[in-house]
Amino acid sequence: MLDVKAGDEQSFTLLLHRYRSPLVNFLYRMVRNREQAEDLAQEVFLRVYRARENYVPSAKFTTWLFRIATNLALNSVRDTRYQRMEISLDAPVTVDAEEGEEKTLDIAEKHQNIEQHLVEETRKKMIRHAIEKLPEKQRAAVLLHKYQELDYGEIAKILQCSESALKSLLFRAYETLRVELAPLVAQQGKS
Amino acid sequence: MSCSRMENKILGYVDGRLRENERLEVEKHLAGCAACCLRVNEFRAVSGLLEELPMIEPTAAFDLRVRARVAAEPVKQSWWAWLIPAPRVTIAALVLMLATIWVGTASKNQPQIAQEDIPVLENYDVLSNFEPLTELPQPVQADDGGQQQSPQM
Repeated sequence: MLDVKAGDEQSFTLLLHRYRSPLVNFLYRMVRNREQAEDLAQEVFLRVYRARENYVPSAKFTTWLFRIATNLALNSVRDTRYQRMEISLDAPVTVDAEEGEEKTLDIAEKHQNIEQHLVEETRKKMIRHAIEKLPEKQRAAVLLHKYQELDYGEIAKILQCSESALKSLLFRAYETLRVELAPLVAQQGKS
Repeated sequence: MSCSRMENKILGYVDGRLRENERLEVEKHLAGCAACCLRVNEFRAVSGLLEELPMIEPTAAFDLRVRARVAAEPVKQSWWAWLIPAPRVTIAALVLMLATIWVGTASKNQPQIAQEDIPVLENYDVLSNFEPLTELPQPVQADDGGQQQSPQM
């Protein structure tokens, strides 16, 4: 980021490549709309670019970056409502054969795979729904903790709370999730 | 350790982020508390479920859109930027200024002409070709001892 501050455009490109995927994923899981998530992620990079001249490395770059992203996401979630994407059940089920050729399965296998596909999609839908139902700050805490693998100190700085408050936030979030996902949690326990 | 104190430790324990002494303290509590033990197992299951969500990739146009937005940003100019209209003009102005200074310095180094010599110099062409003046004795030259030599006639 200091190289970006010095006017090195290639360094900005490096930052873009390194952080676009984690940012888009975090924002997508916060706002549940892909287009909105990408818009917000672009806004994050734009703000990073604008702030380059005044950037001071007083904290880790990741912490600063995700603070911008979290603030934008929280504002967006509070301001708007989003539709959840529907999964199409009409899509053909095919399996990649060896040497890259696609092969259409016979009917019995196709039905089994459709069922398996449905089960998996239902699970993912439940998990997404459970995360979506969390209050925004708890949701942000879970996403930063689980998917960005940031430590408690960094997440606390991003959410602008104490470490103790953050741990309490995470505890309540996981308590809610274990209730919401009870059927799946029970399955995990058996496997 | 009490169950209420476990709240702040339980996720760190599930993540494996506790210090050794904290981990031992938690395990000691878990050995005697079924409720906290169940909670730990369920938190672990939730953590595993969260890992099932797939990552998405940004669309192919993402980078282009970022670049377009960055390019559309107004270029910041410093307060003295209006003094420099263009690099070539600046260089030309600098060269001219340096040349002016050099010429001015060079003219100062030339020997000063005495006021009484100016009329002679103004009429130098006439005087240099004036025949009677060619018959005049050569100017007196002082020797080392400072004595004047009499002109040869």
